[in-house]
Amino acid sequence: MAADFYKQIASNKKKTYLLFLAFFLMIGVMAYVFSLVIELFYGIGFVFIFSIFGILTIVFAIVSYYKSDKIVTAVSGAKEAKYGQYKQLHNIVEELCIASGLPKPKIFVINDSAINAFATGRDPNHAVVCVTTGCLTRLTRAQLQGVIAHELSHIQNYDVRTMTIATVLVGMAILMSDMIIRMFWFGGFRGSSNNKGGAQIAIVIVVAIVAAIMTPIVANLIKLSISRKREFMADASAIKMTRNPEGLATALEAISKDTELLEAANKATAHLYISNPLKGRKIMFKGMFSTHPPLDLRIKALRGQL
Amino acid sequence: MDLLTMVIIAVVVILILAILVMMFNGLVVLQKRVDNAWAQIDVQLKRRADLIPNLIETVKGYAKFEKKVLTEVTKARTAMMNAKTPAKAARAENMLTSALKSVFAVAEAYPKLQASENFKALQEELATTENKIAFSRQFYNDSAMEWNTKISVIPTNIVASLAGMKKEREYFQVAEPEKKNVKVDMSDL
Repeated sequence: MAADFYKQIASNKKKTYLLFLAFFLMIGVMAYVFSLVIELFYGIGFVFIFSIFGILTIVFAIVSYYKSDKIVTAVSGAKEAKYGQYKQLHNIVEELCIASGLPKPKIFVINDSAINAFATGRDPNHAVVCVTTGCLTRLTRAQLQGVIAHELSHIQNYDVRTMTIATVLVGMAILMSDMIIRMFWFGGFRGSSNNKGGAQIAIVIVVAIVAAIMTPIVANLIKLSISRKREFMADASAIKMTRNPEGLATALEAISKDTELLEAANKATAHLYISNPLKGRKIMFKGMFSTHPPLDLRIKALRGQL
Repeated sequence: MDLLTMVIIAVVVILILAILVMMFNGLVVLQKRVDNAWAQIDVQLKRRADLIPNLIETVKGYAKFEKKVLTEVTKARTAMMNAKTPAKAARAENMLTSALKSVFAVAEAYPKLQASENFKALQEELATTENKIAFSRQFYNDSAMEWNTKISVIPTNIVASLAGMKKEREYFQVAEPEKKNVKVDMSDL
């Protein structure tokens, strides 16, 4: 039944937790391998440098998290939507804020005929919702309501925070594997005080290299999988707000038929939009590397047909 | 008992107390939210009542527009403003909703009225007001459900009964007559 959005929300929340658990486990394993390698090659100094890089990554992530609303709107060329000019848009946002109990976010508009929308901001009190002019002219009121409900759900579910944490973890994983590869490339055996057998050293080296190469890929796959679960969850939460699955379902149908490409989007901001704006570009293994689930799957889930 | 055991017991007791306090606070927040949600419904109802005079004015200008329909709307609005009991208010509110629907149904026969920017803006205002009324009722029901659930599940139900927070909130009910299809009366046109 389309009405089991509660179940869908709960199941996607659970999947997010499991994916983050996998993330932490993976990082833990990496860190362990890392420490073995350090013990073999270098002294304690490298851990110090690693911590510095780790702290820098986190600082950068925090800054971008707190400024996300300003950064993203500047990058996308969005302009604030004045009430007088965009009454219906403001009305719809207000209606959904009443339905969800959220405070009213800032509303921006991008001048583009493609149908797309995004939401950003670190928490509901500092949130921004942005739609394209394409949305306003090409969607019916019910469809527009569904799209905005989806965006407000991202804010309500703290998805920007979730994805920022995921990005930081990916960054850390990449850092670690990068350092390991560098150490093998530039370093040499400085010998160690422990008398480890040659075979043991060889095994550690092989495991370390394989882990170092695989980690960035696996970390990214986990992050993208988290992103897709959050998209499903935002769809389900949107239905909880509007209690009208057809609104969002038909909007997604309209988007899937839309051949226009959103010019303002690029790889860095793609994950924030309601539908993958990079759909036209050629990507290998599209499913696994996509920030969004396929549109037809989302439509089926909304109609309770999955 | 040695010092370590005492410290452990103290920490455990403090943790339990902290958890109990957090649960109590959570219940208080939910209770306030339900109260607020209930009050907000009236805010939206008043907003709609305030919009009615505008509608009458905009539509009156089109001289041939059916007087009877407009009178119905005015009567319904007055009844709502004067309603003394919740039951009377609910009945008056139903009357107002069906009267408004009649106005828009009749307006379909007047293309000039339909095309006027004022009328279109008013339609949007009324549409969004109806939506806001519906959504505020929905939010009240959602909050009531959260509250009813929280005071019933373990372990919060223990804290709830200790604090005397046992009263479940009723869901917003639709009166039986309103559940039947609203008949738009066009017999005197």
